[in-house]
Amino acid sequence: MKRIGVFVCHCGTNIAGTVDVERVIEEIRKYPEIVYAVDYKYMCSDPGQRLIRDHIRQDRLDAVIVAACSPAMHETTFRRTGESAGLNPYQVEIANIREQDSWVHQAYREAATAKAIETIRTIVAKVQYNESLLPIYLPLVKRALVIGGGIAGMQAALDVADAGYPVVLVEKSDHLGGRMAELSGLYLNLEDGAAHLAARIEAVQRHPNIQLLLNAQVTGVGGYVGNFTVQVSQQIDGELVPYTFDIGAIVVATGYDLYRQERLGEYGGGRYPDVIDGLQMEAMLRPDGPTAGRILRPSDGRVPKEVVWVQCAGSRDPELHMPYCSKVCCMYVAKQAILYRQQVPDGQATVFYIDIRSQGKGYEEFVQRAMEEHSVLYIRGKASKVFQENGRVTVWGVDTLTGLPVEVQADLVVLATATVARPDAVELAQRLRISTDANGFFNEAHPKLRPVETNTAGIFLAGAAQFPKDIPETVAQASGAASKVLSLFSQRQMVAEPTIATVDVDLCSGCGLCVPACPYNAREMHPWRGYSVVHEALCQGCGACMMVCPNKATRVRNLSTGQVLQMMEAYLETL
Amino acid sequence: MAIQPDLSFAPKVAELSHQPVQRCYYCLRCSAGCPAAPFMEYTPAQILRLVQLGQKETLLRSSAIWLCIGCETCGTRCPNEIHAGAVIDALRQMAVAEGVPVGERTVFQLHRAFLDSIRTWGRLHELTMLMQYKLTSRDLFSDLDMGLDMFRKGKIHPWPKRIKGMAQVKGLFEVTGERQTG
Amino acid sequence: MEHRYAFYPGCTLHSTGVEFGVSTDLVCRALGLELVEIPDWNCCGASSAHSLNDRLFLALPARNLAKAQEVGPDDLAIPCAACYSRLAAADLALRQDGAFRAEMEATLGFEYQGRVRPRNLLDIVANDFSREQLAARVKKPLNGLKVVSYYGCLLIRPPRYTGRWDDPEHPQSMDHLLGVLGAEAVPWSYGVDCCGGSLTLNRSDVVVHLVDRLVRAAHEAGAEALMTACPMCMANVDGRQKYRGGAPLPRKPRPDYEPLPIFYFTELMALAYDLPVGKVLGRHLVDPRPLLRQRGIVL
Repeated sequence: MKRIGVFVCHCGTNIAGTVDVERVIEEIRKYPEIVYAVDYKYMCSDPGQRLIRDHIRQDRLDAVIVAACSPAMHETTFRRTGESAGLNPYQVEIANIREQDSWVHQAYREAATAKAIETIRTIVAKVQYNESLLPIYLPLVKRALVIGGGIAGMQAALDVADAGYPVVLVEKSDHLGGRMAELSGLYLNLEDGAAHLAARIEAVQRHPNIQLLLNAQVTGVGGYVGNFTVQVSQQIDGELVPYTFDIGAIVVATGYDLYRQERLGEYGGGRYPDVIDGLQMEAMLRPDGPTAGRILRPSDGRVPKEVVWVQCAGSRDPELHMPYCSKVCCMYVAKQAILYRQQVPDGQATVFYIDIRSQGKGYEEFVQRAMEEHSVLYIRGKASKVFQENGRVTVWGVDTLTGLPVEVQADLVVLATATVARPDAVELAQRLRISTDANGFFNEAHPKLRPVETNTAGIFLAGAAQFPKDIPETVAQASGAASKVLSLFSQRQMVAEPTIATVDVDLCSGCGLCVPACPYNAREMHPWRGYSVVHEALCQGCGACMMVCPNKATRVRNLSTGQVLQMMEAYLETL
Repeated sequence: MAIQPDLSFAPKVAELSHQPVQRCYYCLRCSAGCPAAPFMEYTPAQILRLVQLGQKETLLRSSAIWLCIGCETCGTRCPNEIHAGAVIDALRQMAVAEGVPVGERTVFQLHRAFLDSIRTWGRLHELTMLMQYKLTSRDLFSDLDMGLDMFRKGKIHPWPKRIKGMAQVKGLFEVTGERQTG
Repeated sequence: MEHRYAFYPGCTLHSTGVEFGVSTDLVCRALGLELVEIPDWNCCGASSAHSLNDRLFLALPARNLAKAQEVGPDDLAIPCAACYSRLAAADLALRQDGAFRAEMEATLGFEYQGRVRPRNLLDIVANDFSREQLAARVKKPLNGLKVVSYYGCLLIRPPRYTGRWDDPEHPQSMDHLLGVLGAEAVPWSYGVDCCGGSLTLNRSDVVVHLVDRLVRAAHEAGAEALMTACPMCMANVDGRQKYRGGAPLPRKPRPDYEPLPIFYFTELMALAYDLPVGKVLGRHLVDPRPLLRQRGIVL
């Protein structure tokens, strides 16, 4: 029988306010396995931890139970405490008498105290059968894969490559630069986007650590964090050439698309030549674009003297189109309007908007400049209809402030269409085993605190593929994703918790029931040995496989079926 | 009837009033603090908006532009430091210059009579100014109650007195282009 | 202690604002504040100049600044808030607009020196005299008379003309002065709200609406009287609180009318300084003397 020490924490009044801690100690001491039991105000504090360490040595404890808050809070803390006194950390267990007792039974002190004793009793039963475990070390391939060669992908690739690790950059099209290469002058100072991009592209192309594959797509992904196997297919001279790479981490930077005009019937449904979208306008504004930088009407090539921008075309429209705000349109519309007014000084620029979202450094002042210095007329009121007749394009709107209906006869209309996920994003997500939201954007692990990780370990997100964003945010997120990759690669090996599933191969009959039972795709049949295998990096120790195994060949370390039954018996004994 | 925005009007008003009318982003703070707003068919922010939309006729014919009291609350609180009152003054001057029938005749005529009094005596003489005002406005009896009270308390001088420097005063009227009426 | 200022009385100080004129004279003598009237001054233009001619608006007061330079002392004391605002506007224009300055110098035959600072009388009383100096003259403290301070508009707005001698949203000069005089400054939220100004003669409905709100607020705050520094505000709050305005006959007082006497700050100073201000108090349209008698403030 193990010599067990029980340390009961007051947690200030969080536990002691409801549970009679002294009585708990009194009762617990009655059990023969309990060699030492004591209570303390804040067990996680330095003196608290010293108490545990001292008594592990003094009383030659084989196992320690800390009756305190949830393991999610301090299990790691107390395991380290035990380890520092020479005890195997997996002989330290938590009995949760706060979240699952004192906090939820504040009005029932008697019952809460009894429950605390019962809880500790069950953990005592469990810990009797705990094995001393060692952490699991997994090999780690220190090569990254970046999917997408736009500004997000390039930034992430450069950051990882600059840190000394090899990167495979896979780009679908035949050039780097993505959407940024399609843009004209960038706000705020209207500098040439292509020039900035060229420097980045050159850096990527000549970087010794970056292997660039253009005209390539990811066709398959297997494995797990630190050990992915990725299939890539590249088109060379009409032939599809396959590649296989061993990859440790993946960054998804596949970018965005624009909502199709065909879906916006009220704005012409794509039928009118002089009703274009934001990227088409950018193309005209680019010095190397189809019109050599001149804004011209697509229908007859004349210079438009009256241009209207319609914001929120397909955005903020939960009923008919996209519910979200596409974030970048207010700013690029102001930019395009300014560039137009500079190019055609006697032209009129009008913007129909619902709100102006100018939430970056200098953004608000930039939009005010458009209104003030460049005389762009901003009308608050979502345009109802756009149609082209007799060469002119008519826009119907209302000015909110005066309540007056407004009609503008324009030569050219630019729709600020919604920024949407790429159509093949969902398919890629399935291949990578990451998830997408209702709008097709890749899901981050936590909306506030983990914006560059996904729920699949080792796969990270950067750029508009996760949600519409502008260039500075994209670059920041890409570097963030790269830093996660570098954190991963900075380890010599990957360390995983040993309290996961394991297979007794002598008992395994090869029935394969555990494989579909696993929600984490962590179970697989060995290709030729005929028994089941656990992918240790993916297993979360949930126990589902243990439940379905007919032979009890699979068990979760330190939470075996036998242990659970012992815990139940111990509980029943207390009744 | 839908309006067609005319962008050439706002710069003219901006120049005349020395106010950056293009900066207005209609937060409506001016209208919210304006003491005369409940009586105006267009409140200050709406007036600024109509300027931006180039609705000249509507503005020059309105009664609202004559109801501004000149309390300076709008300009003091505007986040873009636009003095809507100064814009309204510019619109009044445009209305008079273009001979548009003004929206509040009596207010205009009172100001006219006041300036005429200064041009004649150098200082305001209430009695003769009021007489001119009543005759030109043909509004003989309204609002005279306070005037009568003042007279009874000896606060209105029956006889005007001209200052000596009338030549200079007339010179100022000429150099600023102010014509006399009554 | 001698203080010497140039003085611009303005058109109303001897007519509709005669009480302001008389009490100013009495108080300034008592304080040793010498006022040297500008010779042959002209009307500042009031509200009518800026309404009809934005250049005349600055030209009329500019002549007064030219005349003030002849008088010599540096600061120009101006009791009326509107006159003060116009002269301050003209001074700023002469200072900043070279073309305007040249035109005025040519038309009026002077050279702008920029020494004469237009200042409102309340500014001078509140800031050029110490509390001790002001309190030294108090012979009959005002028995805790509850007064709200009504600053109105042009005294404290716009900041670019006033130079913020008091805060445009929460001015305190009059409130502090009330303390010195032995009265109680009642806090309220309408101290900087407009009385309706020059609309009193042809859109008195606007003035009645605004004055009604002010008087009601003062009563709700627990005030017995209101104190002002502007002849226009005095005329409106004094003259429009009892009747609904409109035709002179028949005159129907507003229902549930409760009088709120209104004083110029110089009148209250004169009362506290025991100066013979009683005769002009009787010329208010809302007679304040019953209140004063009731509160034991002897005239």
